[in-house]
Amino acid sequence: MAESPAGESRAYYHNHDSDYERRAVVFSADDLRRAQVRIAHEIVERNHGATDVVLVGLHDRGPEIAHRLAGAIASFEGVQVPVGTLDVAFYRDDIGIRSVHPLGPTEVPVDVTGKIVVLIDDVLFTGRTIRAGLDALTELGRPQAIQLAVLIDRGHRELPIRADFVGKNLPTKISEDVRVRLRETDGSEDTIELWGPK
Amino acid sequence: MKHLLSISDLERSGIEAILDGAEHMASVLGREIPKVPALRGKTVANLFYEDSTRTRLSFETAAKRLSADTMTFTVASSSVKKGESLLDTVKTIEAMGIDALVVRHSAAGAPHRIAGWVDASVVNAGDGRHEHPTQALLDAFTLRRHRGPSLDGARIAIVGDVRNSRVARSGIECWTRLGAQVLVVGPPTLMPENLDGWPVTVQSNLDDVLGEIDVAYILRVQQERLGPAILPSLREYYMRYGLTADRAEQMKPDALVMHPGPMIRGPEIATEVADGPRSLIREQVANGIAVRMAVLWELIGSGGTL
Amino acid sequence: MITGTILIRGGTVLDETGERRSDVLIKDGAIAEVSEGIGLQAGTQVLDAEGCIVSPGLVDIQVHFREPGREESETIETGARAAALGGNTAVVAMPNTQPPLDDAKIVSSVLEQGRRAACLVTVAGCITKGRAGIELAPMGELYDLGVRMFTDDGDCVADANVMRRAFEYALALPGAVISQHAEDPALVAGGHMHEGAWSARLGIPGRPGEAESTIVARDIALARLTGGRYHVLHMSTGAATQLVRAAKAEGLRVTAEASPQHFTLTDEKCSGFDPVFKMNPPLRPESDVAAIVAGLADGTIDAIATDHAPHSPETKELPFEEAPPGMLGVETALAVAITRLVETGIMSLADVLAAMSWRPARIAGLDAHGHGLPVVAGNPANLCVIDPLETWVVDQQCLSSKSFNTPWEGWKLTGKARHTILRGEAVVAYGEATR
Repeated sequence: MAESPAGESRAYYHNHDSDYERRAVVFSADDLRRAQVRIAHEIVERNHGATDVVLVGLHDRGPEIAHRLAGAIASFEGVQVPVGTLDVAFYRDDIGIRSVHPLGPTEVPVDVTGKIVVLIDDVLFTGRTIRAGLDALTELGRPQAIQLAVLIDRGHRELPIRADFVGKNLPTKISEDVRVRLRETDGSEDTIELWGPK
Repeated sequence: MKHLLSISDLERSGIEAILDGAEHMASVLGREIPKVPALRGKTVANLFYEDSTRTRLSFETAAKRLSADTMTFTVASSSVKKGESLLDTVKTIEAMGIDALVVRHSAAGAPHRIAGWVDASVVNAGDGRHEHPTQALLDAFTLRRHRGPSLDGARIAIVGDVRNSRVARSGIECWTRLGAQVLVVGPPTLMPENLDGWPVTVQSNLDDVLGEIDVAYILRVQQERLGPAILPSLREYYMRYGLTADRAEQMKPDALVMHPGPMIRGPEIATEVADGPRSLIREQVANGIAVRMAVLWELIGSGGTL
Repeated sequence: MITGTILIRGGTVLDETGERRSDVLIKDGAIAEVSEGIGLQAGTQVLDAEGCIVSPGLVDIQVHFREPGREESETIETGARAAALGGNTAVVAMPNTQPPLDDAKIVSSVLEQGRRAACLVTVAGCITKGRAGIELAPMGELYDLGVRMFTDDGDCVADANVMRRAFEYALALPGAVISQHAEDPALVAGGHMHEGAWSARLGIPGRPGEAESTIVARDIALARLTGGRYHVLHMSTGAATQLVRAAKAEGLRVTAEASPQHFTLTDEKCSGFDPVFKMNPPLRPESDVAAIVAGLADGTIDAIATDHAPHSPETKELPFEEAPPGMLGVETALAVAITRLVETGIMSLADVLAAMSWRPARIAGLDAHGHGLPVVAGNPANLCVIDPLETWVVDQQCLSSKSFNTPWEGWKLTGKARHTILRGEAVVAYGEATR
């Protein structure tokens, strides 16, 4: 979500591949799998189990990551944690400043009141998407706690928001892109790359 | 998209985008707190030159569900009756600071004229006999929910006073763009005077088509718009075109019944049909809010791609 | 003000008798000499006519100057000035004022003002009292004041018996003509534009063309019955044109006029809901427009008249259905006619001038007032000098009328009146009104 055109309040996303080049492969498919497994373990460890945990992915890649984390938790903990999806378009603070569109349904299969909700997104950047996500989520109920898991934290926060679970802290320039591709959402091998201007 | 004045301003893809947006809105409406801050700080003014409680409430509710502020001007409570020109009224309202203006007017094209005078987005909430685009969209939305994502091949019969109906004009444009085939059924005095270029077939006998249609869309008989010598009597009209229980039985098992309201129960549409399993009439009303939310969002929220 | 002795130099005179290169010398309100190379005397003012046509002044036999009653839209003074700028030296103002021109006192006062205006403003009198279509107006009394055209314009005389009696009564008034706004009120009731594909799509109640042709057919039958003289105002349909053509072939005393909008614009113009394109009879589809052009070209339609109908801006700031019908016309008619009919090769300039000067002058009896007459020594000096090649763009802000409702806004037109001479005075010189 953080890197989509409907995303942040500044024009960080650069579509002109001809002006951009790949600078580094941050995660290969294997790296990503290991990071996901580690995050899944951390979530269970932090919350002393998985019984009250609900994973809620922010569109558009968060839901897929949430499903993967839930699968991992099920495999080592034997608990099937509920997975929900959250669309934050109507809660964004840049409506009217840029084009904003809903990216998918908001569907959380359980009442979140009293639960530990882990919001899940691919890249944490300015924090504005997460801020909108907090508003959207609290309209659905009053969780006992809300935590945040992301694959990449690339810095440049504009709000006092931090992630509880991070795949990798990646120092970036503001002009750079973190490009996440997932098998299910992007139709290619899992990969996370850092791109920058030529 | 800056304004929604006429369905003919929209391509099929644009209509579908609004209907997809309405699905998001319907999901908002299904929540415990059926409201989102999407249009916080925006102001939507309803300017109703013609009384229409249901349409006005639907737009007001749509705006409020998106957290917009609303104001409503109706003929009875405004200076319109004191002889103020349309331009002056609109400029006065605009001076109060508005983002969207929802206009209902008894004269065709009034919203088009207003759109030329204001910076705000204008939504046509029904103009004379011309168009009622949000009604056509909400009907399409309702049908889509029952028939799957497309109206391709659906046979929709619009029954009644097509000549004076803005609902019919918008509906024909909207539903045929979505792939439906539209028939217009009624006495020739209630058919448009000229159908050149209309993508419809004309039938004057309802009983001939009942068995082959997927949707019977019953129009209200607008007695206030009927001139002299249009119909021998309303009784005769209902005998030939009223959707009675017997007629509803002639329809295909899965055929649906719709009505834009307000309906005249009894002669126009039998109560057991209006409240029966074929009827989508209540759903139409509920879906009106979601569709109007989607329209307002598209015009003054999303930043637009249409 | 330019009066006294005027020399119009370097132009080509074009009137009913033909075309010739000639200067025109004007003295004491009359044409003094028409010949090539007239010498310049001391005290003579020269009006340059190089490249121009010197024609009898244009005569517009259907205008609305709104006085009395709607002076915020137009007055006799402002309307006449606009007409003079359009090359007119005489016009006939329609009687649908408030109150209507059905009374000798009101008519006298309007005629009195009309004599002082920048072009001669005469009037048509009502056929019926209050234009109500029931009782005859005092046609004889109005005739004695000089009224020759009678009409309830704006409304049609719907009652066939009233129409028959009007024809009969006017037989005693030599030169009087019964003129009809030919639209059957029952067929056009509630209508705001031509009934056809566009009205159906726009959901605007229509006025069928048959409302015109049925009335014209009936009136021609009544003219045949009574021997009366009949004139069709602003004829707009091919069907009516065909009826008039047949009536003329039969030898009936029937004439007709058409307006520039009806031979140029189609009903599609209404699709933007701009009421500037609203008028009665309404703009018609292409087939009717073509038939009107053909009627002008073959002389079935005798005259071009504008139906100049000013409406103050606020009345056009309304929805189409609520706005009053009518368009400006007197300042643009000549240019529209030249652009639409002459430049396209459909008609000669001489034929257009016939339809805009001497033929309408004769229909309305204005030849007796010295309008539309050949440009020869001794005739009153009511002339206009036309630059047939000048191109200009219509800008409503630059038009002289008090109102702005021109349908020609932004049109690039060819042809313009350079000078207009009324009774020997240059009321327009070099495109500027002098009073």
